Amino acid sequence: MNKALAILGWGTVALLGAVAVGAVALHRGEPINALWLVVAATCCYALGYRFYSKFIAVKILALDGLRATPAERLENGRDFLVTNKWVVFGHHFAAIAGPGPLVGPVLAAQFGYLPGTMWVLAGAVFAGCVQDFVILLFSVRRDGKSLTEMAKDEIGHVGGFVAYVAVIAILIILLGVAALIVVNALKASPWGTFTIAMTMPIALLMGVYLRRIRPGKVLEVSALGFVLVLAAIWGGQYVSQNAALARWFTFSAPTLAILIMIYGFAASALPVWLLLAPRDYLSTFVKLGTIALLAVGIVALHPTLHMPALTRFVDGTGPVFAGKIFPFAFITIACGAISGFHALISSGTTPKLIARETETRMVGYGAMMCESAVAVMAIIAACVMQPGVYFAINSPAGIVGQAPATAAATISGWGFPVTAADMQALAHAVGEQTLYNRTGGAPAFAVGMAHIFSHSLGGETLMALWYHFAIMFEALFILTILDAGTRVARFMVQDALGHVYKPLGRTSWYPSILGTSGLIVAAWGYFLWQGVKDPLGGINSLWPLFGISNQLLATVALCVATTIIIKMHRAKYAAVTLVPLAWLVAVTFTASWHKMFDPNPRVGFLAQAQALAAGPATSATSRLIFNNRLDAAVTGVLVVMVALVLVESVRQWFGILRGTREVRVKESPFVRTRLVEEQG
Amino acid sequence: MKLVRGTIRDFAATAIAVVREIFDEAAYARFLSRAGMASSSEAYAAFWREREKSCARRPRCC
Repeated sequence: MNKALAILGWGTVALLGAVAVGAVALHRGEPINALWLVVAATCCYALGYRFYSKFIAVKILALDGLRATPAERLENGRDFLVTNKWVVFGHHFAAIAGPGPLVGPVLAAQFGYLPGTMWVLAGAVFAGCVQDFVILLFSVRRDGKSLTEMAKDEIGHVGGFVAYVAVIAILIILLGVAALIVVNALKASPWGTFTIAMTMPIALLMGVYLRRIRPGKVLEVSALGFVLVLAAIWGGQYVSQNAALARWFTFSAPTLAILIMIYGFAASALPVWLLLAPRDYLSTFVKLGTIALLAVGIVALHPTLHMPALTRFVDGTGPVFAGKIFPFAFITIACGAISGFHALISSGTTPKLIARETETRMVGYGAMMCESAVAVMAIIAACVMQPGVYFAINSPAGIVGQAPATAAATISGWGFPVTAADMQALAHAVGEQTLYNRTGGAPAFAVGMAHIFSHSLGGETLMALWYHFAIMFEALFILTILDAGTRVARFMVQDALGHVYKPLGRTSWYPSILGTSGLIVAAWGYFLWQGVKDPLGGINSLWPLFGISNQLLATVALCVATTIIIKMHRAKYAAVTLVPLAWLVAVTFTASWHKMFDPNPRVGFLAQAQALAAGPATSATSRLIFNNRLDAAVTGVLVVMVALVLVESVRQWFGILRGTREVRVKESPFVRTRLVEEQG
Repeated sequence: MKLVRGTIRDFAATAIAVVREIFDEAAYARFLSRAGMASSSEAYAAFWREREKSCARRPRCC
């Protein structure tokens, strides 16, 4: 009876999912309702979790509930700790959920809602969730080892070295792009700049409150910080309306870039408790609340998607970023579908908290599904806008023109009608002077989110507050990554330099702290400055570079996973990681080739350098040419390194399958758990 | 009714445990119990001295 009910229930979910996916994929002409996307996503995730993840858990990984995890064997009350599975799930989700699943899908919406939605759903179920799940389990079976350590142990020193360099490269490019998104969201916006500026004294106040007044009462102080941030958003409107005050908070993009670099340096060098930790708490508080609120808003409002399923820009001529749907849609959306960065979290804190192997399925596969759902919400937020408005916000001045009338005419000429008056009215409604050329995805997402929130709660009168709430939410998110990322990269560089000269490896030695912080900030600051000065808006060059490096890290993670699966004598099931790996290799290598050698100057770095050299020389020309050549070189170096890992992995696989290589799975020995007896 | 109330209570307890863990309150409580200290400015400073290394190395995803 139960089995019959289960078949009936899951059959209904499958049927509903098929209908919803069919509606999303095949509907043309009239706009569709966002609920179709919500239903399609919910059914795909439910089926993926129930059947695919269970298949992987049983047939490939053979999860063993009786095997003691490192949290139990090595429990020290600090890093290693047996923790409730829901607590680990929340912890893991809070760590993997960043601005990537919000920004990438917004940018990829230039192709229409369909490509992004399909990639997010299929990518998450068959690739991203699988990567996070298997890497988490393999790390649990290796005493919580990191991805770089596992790559060194299982593939060889080349794997370890490439993973290490890829992590630093991704961090630096990510930090540069993230900072650029904040700059583009805050330039010439006194309201937004005031709100974000206020988060710094608020964080410092929280740090002092936690240390001196109410030690350890983090939730209490986070709630207090949140109220103060809301007050700052409220106060921002008065700052923007007062000419004298507004002048203090109105900055050009280069000035904002310099201020953000100074902030990054200070946050990396100051004690963690004073700025980094309180900001992290505040950001997490806002992040979890806003994501939940957005989900409720979408379901309550169930808005209509005005963006068509596919736009004319699938041919590669898109204004947001140049390049055809393949491969560029698949590197633009990383975190919502598959992100190599997640492999670092799955082999970082999380494996040290897992109480039972069987819980890795829910934490690894399940948390990534939630992250993917955030990406679906971002697609909805971007596509509820009129397409003309979306393109006016996201297109750089170099493509659509500087003057509002010219930009509106260009965009209307593409078949997406918008007028200068519409854009002026929208800018006025959200409390901005202009919304043109706000590249980077954050302002477009904020407009979409404000639209959803204001229609569900508060009406049009609160549109400006919701818009700035959304900007604050994104900027807070991104600045947290900026300070935490700078510090993580600083530690990695200090670890490496410690092998050359011991004192440089000491994380408390101030000359080393200042030197390495400066080095890391200079590295990402270079990319930021390059983006700020780029006439095409910077995102066109830098976001694909970030996407490529992130997906190349996922390639390394999947190489590690496939190697371990083959060593576990499960070669017949290796397709589970091999197929996503093959797809990522095809996507990233093709994208890298295009970014380096495509003859279209909007796509290829070298072609753009050549076009600049052939054009009229200005004071910036030589720098722009150098930047393009540098971007091409960075892409080339990353691809060559990952190709080396791939070759090394393939040699391992063939050697093992032919029996010419020794098979040694470097797992920690089996120890029977005591938790079962204790519970029993 | 009892079952519903119990379920809500369990859910709330788990939700609170999750946020306490995410926001390091649980880690601080464990530190206090391990070190045999009462909560104070000095204890919190000691907690951060111990935690600084692992916390600052914790990556944040994109």
